[in-house]
Amino acid sequence: MSEQKFTSEHSLCQGCAVPIVVNAVLNSTDKQVVVGIATGCLEVASTQYPGGAWKVPYIHSLFENIAPTMAGVEAAYKALRKEGLKKELKFIAFAGDGATYDIGLQAFSGVLERGHDILYVCYDNEGYMNTGGQRSGATPHGANTTTQPAGKESYGKTQQRKNIMEIVAAHNIPYAAQASTADIPDLMRKARKALEMKGPRFLNVLCPCIANWKYDPKETVNVARLAVETGFWPLYEIENGNYIINYQPKQRIRIEEFLKLQKRFAHLFNQKNSHAIAELQANIDREWERLKAKCGVSG
Amino acid sequence: MRQPLTGAEAVAEAMRQLKPDVVVAYPITPQTPIVEKYAEFVADGKVQTEMIPVESEHSALSAVVGASAAGVRAMTATSSVGLALMWEVVNAASGLGLPIVMNVVNRALSAPINIHCDHSDSMGCRDAGWVQIYCENGQEAYDFTILATKLAESCAVPVMVMQDGFITSHSVESVDFLDDHKVEAFAGKYRNPNGLLGDNPQSVGPFSLPNSFFEFKVRQEQRMEKAKSMFLSVGKELEKLTGRTYSFFEEYHLKDAEAIIVTMSSTAGTVKAAVDKMRQNGKKVGLLKLNLFRPFPYREIREALKHVKSIAVLDRSFSFGANAPLHGEITNSLCEIKNSVHGTAANIHGSVFGLGGRDMFEKDVENVFDALLAGKEPEKFIGAKA
Repeated sequence: MSEQKFTSEHSLCQGCAVPIVVNAVLNSTDKQVVVGIATGCLEVASTQYPGGAWKVPYIHSLFENIAPTMAGVEAAYKALRKEGLKKELKFIAFAGDGATYDIGLQAFSGVLERGHDILYVCYDNEGYMNTGGQRSGATPHGANTTTQPAGKESYGKTQQRKNIMEIVAAHNIPYAAQASTADIPDLMRKARKALEMKGPRFLNVLCPCIANWKYDPKETVNVARLAVETGFWPLYEIENGNYIINYQPKQRIRIEEFLKLQKRFAHLFNQKNSHAIAELQANIDREWERLKAKCGVSG
Repeated sequence: MRQPLTGAEAVAEAMRQLKPDVVVAYPITPQTPIVEKYAEFVADGKVQTEMIPVESEHSALSAVVGASAAGVRAMTATSSVGLALMWEVVNAASGLGLPIVMNVVNRALSAPINIHCDHSDSMGCRDAGWVQIYCENGQEAYDFTILATKLAESCAVPVMVMQDGFITSHSVESVDFLDDHKVEAFAGKYRNPNGLLGDNPQSVGPFSLPNSFFEFKVRQEQRMEKAKSMFLSVGKELEKLTGRTYSFFEEYHLKDAEAIIVTMSSTAGTVKAAVDKMRQNGKKVGLLKLNLFRPFPYREIREALKHVKSIAVLDRSFSFGANAPLHGEITNSLCEIKNSVHGTAANIHGSVFGLGGRDMFEKDVENVFDALLAGKEPEKFIGAKA
């Protein structure tokens, strides 16, 4: 492995999945990189002045603007290349789901539509975890969050999570893939493939959050694995419009196995909320069939 | 070389000559003709600029921040609610010490929605850490865009150059241009070796805790202080090329004036016409036209106004519930005068005019002067219906 680009000089939680994603992506290329970081867990925990974890140049300015900020860096690069700049650079943006699905969606969409040469990596921990676990458009149905909590009259989030992959795919970009911290070789293969392509590329990586999903820190990879094995988080890619499922569980495990490790879903196991589990399962089944149809996979 | 051009076209010409590496465009009336004209230059191969037509003003300034942090020259332009939408990024740009130049074509803020001129947009970010230069006409907008670029890049401070929406941006005037090569020699090429793409790249925008944040902000304030003196020295250099002078403010029949108006932008032209007329009738009236609003030249204004008996400050925006922005600053400038003809701030009157594009006529200006000379309070809201 070449020189370390992201060191342990960060203050992310023990058991946090985010550094797994950052290292996997950065170690997928030997090219020089310039990184953009949206406000969020990664930024707060890895860029503290005067230190920080980054051994490659990064820029952070705000929460919702990392996509256009990197578009500006990339435009500057094009200008310098025209006048003879020799070094070849890759541009990678890291943002959480809040910055991607919610507050930065318009700006992100603009960058996808305009075709900037950027790899955009969403570390999706399914909510505003840096601010203590508020709901986002990525929060799954039934989860208990601080802004849509479970209570006497509520079972938590009543809506389904947003399908960001389909939103991204609708921009007809060269490459979008869903990956998981449970399968690093798959994640690295996707990052490597994406980094070798041109134009806007998107990786959506599920990042279990010990603080707000509330599970035992040693279970991070297991929780991520169960998300895949239940079909809650399918591993697939969309390359130039073609859908490919990368992993098909022989027998999909029921969603309860994923839910029961996490306290954010504990209330769903109360009899009165059992309908929410049934809805979650039904939604996974439906989405799985839809995805298979797109991939031309039967069975 | 003289050409008949609108204020917006004059700025686009200045930008063409300054050769920014990246220009980011988003339409908003009345700024749009600047980026449209620039897009034509790109389409016709007159510039090599990378142009990004984005999906919002927030993204416009964000992309400019990215390009500037990368280490190259980057610009955009906006108006009104576009600037308001940018506000978050406006502060980030100055906090990061990025030498961005942004033309702002002044337009009223909503609500109610209105596309015409007042200064509520740029006054809304007067404390955001940008140099603010207000221009009387297309000539000043051209000259100050060139000056601003060198100033920004010498001090690591972003600069906003303001012109009045429609009144200046869409009116054709005779504008005197420098040759392309002269502008090129004056402004040079901007390459920051410590930019993200430089030979010695440094990261931009770390997370700062209470043990370092204050120092970042003190350094930002020091850069602004430097920008004040640099404004004059860069102005002197530009004067050698244009033959026009660039100071914090213009004094028009000020030295012997008994009553003066302090104002900014295109209205200064109307005031000059009124001063000329009233001077012919023996009335000792004058004008202080401010160009540099941030950093604010308190000391120099105090010096220039200390002899004046009566002052009306005309603002083109409110600061609701407080003295209007320029009025407040002029009062601040003069409050330290001891044993002068003022003694107190009582002779400094503040009036608001021209909101949402309401016209300000010569007669309105004469009324202000007449009131001052008669020892009376000028109209508080000039031209507003009762």
